[in-house]
Amino acid sequence: MNWRAIRAIARKDITVVFRHRAVLMPLIIVPIILQVIFPIGFGAAAVYAPIQSSDMQDLSQMLATMPPSLQNELAGLNDRQLFFVLMLVYLFAPMYLFVPVMVANVIAADSFAGEKERKTMEALLHSPVTAREMLIGKVLSALIPAIGVSLASFILYSIIVNAVGWPLMGRIFFPNVMWLVLVLWVAPAVSCLGLGVSVLVSTRVSTFQEAYQMGGLVVLPIVALMLGQVSGVLFLSPVFAVVLGAILWLIAGGVLYFGSRAFQRERLLSQL
Amino acid sequence: MTPEPVIQTTGLVRHFGDLTALNHLTFEVNHGEVFGFLGHNGAGKTTTIRILNGVLAPSEGSVRVLGLDPIADGPALRLRTGVLTENPSLDERLTARENLEFYAELNEIPRDKVQSRIDQLLADFELTGRDREKVGGFSKGMKQRLALARPLLHNPELIYLDEPTSGLDPVAALHVRQLITRLSIEEGRTIVICTHNLVEAQRLCHRVAVLEQGELIALGTPAELARKFGHRQRLEIEVDADQRDHTLAILNKMKGITATLGEDQHVSVLGAAHDRIPDLVKSLTDGAVRIYCVTPAEPSLEEVYLALHGEQEEIL
Repeated sequence: MNWRAIRAIARKDITVVFRHRAVLMPLIIVPIILQVIFPIGFGAAAVYAPIQSSDMQDLSQMLATMPPSLQNELAGLNDRQLFFVLMLVYLFAPMYLFVPVMVANVIAADSFAGEKERKTMEALLHSPVTAREMLIGKVLSALIPAIGVSLASFILYSIIVNAVGWPLMGRIFFPNVMWLVLVLWVAPAVSCLGLGVSVLVSTRVSTFQEAYQMGGLVVLPIVALMLGQVSGVLFLSPVFAVVLGAILWLIAGGVLYFGSRAFQRERLLSQL
Repeated sequence: MTPEPVIQTTGLVRHFGDLTALNHLTFEVNHGEVFGFLGHNGAGKTTTIRILNGVLAPSEGSVRVLGLDPIADGPALRLRTGVLTENPSLDERLTARENLEFYAELNEIPRDKVQSRIDQLLADFELTGRDREKVGGFSKGMKQRLALARPLLHNPELIYLDEPTSGLDPVAALHVRQLITRLSIEEGRTIVICTHNLVEAQRLCHRVAVLEQGELIALGTPAELARKFGHRQRLEIEVDADQRDHTLAILNKMKGITATLGEDQHVSVLGAAHDRIPDLVKSLTDGAVRIYCVTPAEPSLEEVYLALHGEQEEIL
C-alpha cells in the first residue's frame, strides 16, 4: 500500500474542496445554523420567554410517553429546566447527526464525482496509484473533515448550551452519556454511511450535483429519528444510541464494501 | 541480440458492448522511437493508449510494455510511463506548482528532489513566475504546457502524448516538437504520439500507424507509406514554353494521367507512379518535347493519409 500516494490524494482533495465556495459554504453554514443559532434561539426562549400552561401540558404528555429511565433522569427539574433540557439535550440530538452526514456527503461528492466533472480523473487513472489506494485517499479526504467538523461543532454546541442554560441550571450539565455515545460512536458511523452512499452513487453519476443530491437521501433515517422523538414513538437513550450506532456501522460497512467493488479503473473511465 | 521492443501487441481486440473499438491490432514500438498513431476521431487511438498503460483491459490479444503486462503490473508499469491525456486533466483550483507536486507524490519522486525538478520543468515550459497562480486563470496554451510538464516529472522511459501541440501557438508548438526530438534522440526515450496534425507526424515520427475504426490499415515510416500508398504521385515537368500545349496533349492521352499547367508555367502531372516515370519521359521525347527538368513531388503524409481514407480527390 502506497501511503505517500494515499496522503497526497487526501490532502489534494481536501485542498480542492476548501477552495470551492459552493462546496465550502454548506460546510460552514449548516453547522452554524444547527449548532449555534438554533441552541441560542431555543435556549434563550426556554430561559426568558413566558411559558404558557398549555405548553407545560404538552410537555407533561410527552414526558409520560418516555421510558422510565429517562423520566428518572429528568425528575427534580422545574418546568423551565425541563423544557430547556428536553429541547436542547434530547429533541435536538438527532439534528446533530445532520452535520457529519452532510460534511461527508458534500466532500465525497466533490472528491469522487467532482473529479470526473472537472475532467481530472483520466490523468489520475494513468498514474501509478491502484484503485484501492485512490479509494482510501478519497474516503479519508471526506472522513477526516466530517469527523473534525462534527467534533468541533459538538464542542461549540456544548459551550453554547451550558452558557445559555447557566442562569437556569446553575451548573455544567452537558454533555450527558447519550451525547457522548452519539458523538463518538453514532456520528462516525453516519459519516461512513454518507461516504459509502457517495462512493456507490459516484460510480454511476458524472457530476457533483447529481452525487450530492442522491447522497443526500442518507438524511432520511435522521429525519425519521427526529419525527420519532417528537411524536414520542422512540427516544434516544444511551442504549438506544449504542444499538443505533451498531446498525449504522453494519449498513455503512456493507455500502462501503459494495462501493469499493464498483470503484474500478475501467468503470470510472467509462463515464469520462 | 535484438533488444526486446518497448511495446509489443498481438491481436489486440477491445469491445465496448456491441462496438469493436480495436480489431486485432498487432504492432511493435522500438526503444528510442517516436511512433505516431494517426486516425480520425473514434479510430481507436486513445483506447490503444489506455490499454497500453493498463487503464483498460483488452478483450482479446496480448500486450507487453517495457517487458510488463499492463494489467497485472499496472502500478509498476505506470511508474515508468508518462501520459499527456487529450484533455489537460489539470485541477483548476490548484496552482501550477500544486498540480505538479501532487503528481510528483504519486510518481514517488524523492522528496528532496521534488522542488528542483518542478522548477526545472516550469522553466522548460516558460511557466516560471506563474507557478503560484491557480490553473483556472491560465490560457489554453499555458494549461497545455503545464499538462506537458506533468508526464515528464518522473523522467519516464516511455511517454504517450495525445495531441501534444493542441492549443499551442506556433512558437510553443515548435518548442514542443524540439522537446520531443530531444527526448527521443538525446535521451533515448520512447515516445508514442496520437495526432491529427499530419505535418507534425511527418516531421517527428520515425514510424506511423494509421487506424481506421479500430483497424490498423497502414504501418511504416512516412517515406514507406508514401511509396506504398501514394499512388497519385505528382511530377513537375519543365518544357519549352511553346511546347506546353503539345506536352499536355501527349500526357493526357496516357491512361490514369492528368496533366495541367501550373501557376509557375510548369506542367504538373498527377497519377504517375514511380515506376511509370521512365515511360512517361520516353513518350514526351518520342513526341519531340524538349525536357529541361523532371521533379517528382513525393506525396506528403497528409496525402497518404487522405488516400488511405479515400478522400484524396478533395485536396488535389
